[in-house]
Order: sequence, then structure tokens, then C-alpha cells
Amino acid sequence: MAKLKLVLYWAASCGGCDIATLAIGDKILKLAEVADILFWPIAMDFKYSDVEKMPDKSIDACLFNGAIRTSENEHIAHLLRAKSKIMIAYGSCSYEGGMPGLANFFNRRSIFDRAYIETQSTDNPKKVYPQPKVQVPEGELEIPEFYDTVKTLAQTVDVDYFVPGCPPEEKTTWLALEALITGKLPPKGTVISHSIKSVCDECPLIKEEKKIKTFYRTHQIIPDPKKCLLEQGLLCYGVATRGGCGALCPQAGMPCTGCYGPVEGVVDQGSHFLSALASIIDCDDPEEIQEIISNIVDPAGTFYRYSLPDSLLRRARIK
Amino acid sequence: MAEFEPKIIAFLCNWCSYAGADLAGTSRIQYAPNVRVIRVMCSGRVAPVFILKALQLGADGVLVLGCHPGDCHYVEGNYKTLRRMALLRKTLSQLGIEDERVHLDWVSASEGVRFASIVNNMTEKIRALGPLRPNHGEEKHG
Ligand code: SF4
Ligand code: SF4
Ligand code: FES
Repeated sequence: MAKLKLVLYWAASCGGCDIATLAIGDKILKLAEVADILFWPIAMDFKYSDVEKMPDKSIDACLFNGAIRTSENEHIAHLLRAKSKIMIAYGSCSYEGGMPGLANFFNRRSIFDRAYIETQSTDNPKKVYPQPKVQVPEGELEIPEFYDTVKTLAQTVDVDYFVPGCPPEEKTTWLALEALITGKLPPKGTVISHSIKSVCDECPLIKEEKKIKTFYRTHQIIPDPKKCLLEQGLLCYGVATRGGCGALCPQAGMPCTGCYGPVEGVVDQGSHFLSALASIIDCDDPEEIQEIISNIVDPAGTFYRYSLPDSLLRRARIK
Repeated sequence: MAEFEPKIIAFLCNWCSYAGADLAGTSRIQYAPNVRVIRVMCSGRVAPVFILKALQLGADGVLVLGCHPGDCHYVEGNYKTLRRMALLRKTLSQLGIEDERVHLDWVSASEGVRFASIVNNMTEKIRALGPLRPNHGEEKHG
């Protein structure tokens, strides 16, 4: 049997997804037996021109991690889409925008002002901002353009599968790789994970009644490790997050932050959690409700931690 | 340029507020023609995602009307709405969407006049705010 031709790419990401791919451990040897990796910037020395020379659809599958933030990210997404039979959005950033997508609370101008002017360690009296093109004695230099809005991979090119997680767990990665290796592919558009239900569904913590009078931030209480964290007032996202990770975070005493994305069929993960959370507030008095809600200091950042670009509104309005 | 006419999506509960709006109509009370009414069984049926969808599709504001507290046909529905709307408004303000654009109020079956005045008030507030373009502030690219 011909070996599977794979490529891996990182766009706007932290590098964690590439590490997560290696975290499949000794299965990597199995992968090496059945697959050739043709392009993988973090690990192997290839040039974009090597990819450009490949015939269209000559790559079997591309594992694309990272969001689309610059013209370079966008260009390579189109290039790899053209060369690959299967395009996989791997990890939260590629799938939903992820942490880099939090930049959609701002715009290019405010990000540049912060990064190149306002930060305490910056000394830039002439207010020089990065320019896509610059003339130097040797000629013109070009760097990628920084876009105003972060996009998901599927908002940029056609995507066949999604692998959730920030980063995806080893078993989730292997589930996707196994499907590629065996050729037993799920229907197009599938989010590849062991569960279509919620993290709560696989969480072993004891659940009683969900009625909340006060919310806490993680540093404010030491929760009972045996009981549901949400019932103790922590903003545990398990109710509105796809399972498959095995409910890792709550079992370690940390609330789920939602990294496996929405449960099957949900549009706008953030509003799903918002709705679930508001519903369990144990109060009917408008003023007291305001007071309870004031303990949720950053609702939009909490609800859309991984999914602002993929949300219905996609970004904040900047006045 | 023609004057800006706000588009407002109004979710009205079947048992009180829709009947209130009906009364406004049969009593020939004049009110701003800016609302598009969607009847739901209870204000508790209005998931926050409905409101986001309306804003995404071009509404300048969303009005949710239900039975007065204590009067919900399903007992608890309007309290749930009260909590969700409070949290939704706080979330939307972080996304640059003003409080006035998403309004919750109570209208009983006998309050045709109240219905009309809520609609008129909201229309004027949104007229003053101007159109909602969800991606306002975004620079062009790509
Ligand atoms: S809310 Fe969190 S702690 Fe509670 S059951 Fe769900 S995942 Fe577990
Ligand atoms: S518990 Fe939540 S945040 Fe933690 S790995 Fe699972 S999905 Fe991600
Ligand atoms: S039926 Fe009117 S608010 Fe519930």
C-alpha cells in the first residue's frame, strides 16, 4: 500500500498543537510506518516553494492548526487546500479562532497602538508602525499584512473535518489519524472526538442541584474536589462543551474553560453557556440578579474564550 | 439621504404580550411601524442565540416582551428571561453593543397602550443611537 502523504501547518497559533501531535507518543512510530510527512514547519526544513511545486491534490491530508490572522496565514491556507485531498482544522484556533481570536475584541489599530506605542517597555517617539512594504538600500522588503479580524480556517477555505481542543488530547488526535490511516472517514464536516455530548456527561464529579447564589473566580475558593464545580459557584463550562477529553480539568479541580467547542448541533457556544449559567442563578429579584452577575467579571471573554471568531457576531464593534 | 428607520425584532409571548399588541391594534392605537413581531409561547423560549442571530442578520435592536413577574403562564419562564437578559446585556456591552438595543419589558393582555409606548420609546432610543452594523470599526482586508 502506498504511504499516506501528510502535511502539518501552523498559522496563528502558540505551537501547542504541534506539540500535541507529538504527544501521541510511541504511536508516532506507527504513523511513520504508514505515512510520509511532506511538510511540517516546526520540525522539518522545507520551503513554501517546495509545496508550490507539488501537483494539486497530491497530498492526502493536511492537519492545519492556528487561526487566520495575517495575509501569510491566508495564503498558505489556500495553497494547502489546493494541494490536499482532505483539509483538517486541527485545534481550537483553526476550528473556532481560539485564543488568538480574542483579538477580535479589538482591531488592528488598537492592537498596534498597544503593542508599538503604549506598552511600558516601548520607546517609539516617532510612532513607527510595521509596514507591509519597506524600501531599504538593497530593495523592497515585504512582510505579511496583519488583518483587522481573526478568522477561522473554515471562514477562509473549505474544511473537511475539525479536531477540537486547546490543544487536542492525544486520544482525539489519534482518532483522527486512525481514520486517515484506515480510510474509514466520517461524513464531511464531522467534528472528530469521542463524544457528541457534553463534558458534564463524562465528568465523574457528584452532581446535585444546580442553583447558584454567588459566583467565584478560581483563586477565591478551594472547591470540594468530589463535587461538581459549577454547583460550587465556579464558572465550569462543561455544560456547553463537547466531551471527548475525559473531563480532565474538573477532575484536576479546575473548571472546564470550553476548549472542545460546542456540543453537537449548537451554533454560538458562548451564548449556550451564557444561557445555561443564567438559568441556574437562584434569584428572581432584578437588583440582586445584577449583583450576582457582577461577580462574573469578564463574561464575553469567558463565554467566547476560544470561539469569538466563530460566534454569530464574530467580533466586537469598535467605535 | 433618507432618515434612518430602525429595524426592531420583537419577541412577544403568546399569553400576555402578544394579546397586548393585538389589543393595541384592535383599539387603533398608533405606534411606530418599526417592530417586526415574532410570537413565541413564552418569553422563556427566547434563547440568547435568537437575539444574537437577529442582530447578526441586521436588526438594530431586539425587544423581548413577556407577562408581568408572577403572571407567566408557565410560572417561571419570565424570571429565567430576566436573568438571561441581564447577563446577555453585560456580555453584549463588551462587544460594543449598547444596552438600549436589547430591551426586556412586561406587557399584559390588557395593556395595549403600554405596548405602544414601549415600542415608541425603544424606536426613538435606537433612532438616536443610529444603525447597528455588527462589524463596525473593522478595517477592510483580504
Ligand atoms: S459543570 Fe464541570 S464539574 Fe460540574 S459536572 Fe459539568 S464538567 Fe463536571
Ligand atoms: S475539561 Fe474543558 S477545558 Fe479541560 S480539556 Fe476538557 S474541554 Fe478542554
Ligand atoms: S407565558 Fe408570558 S412570559 Fe411566560
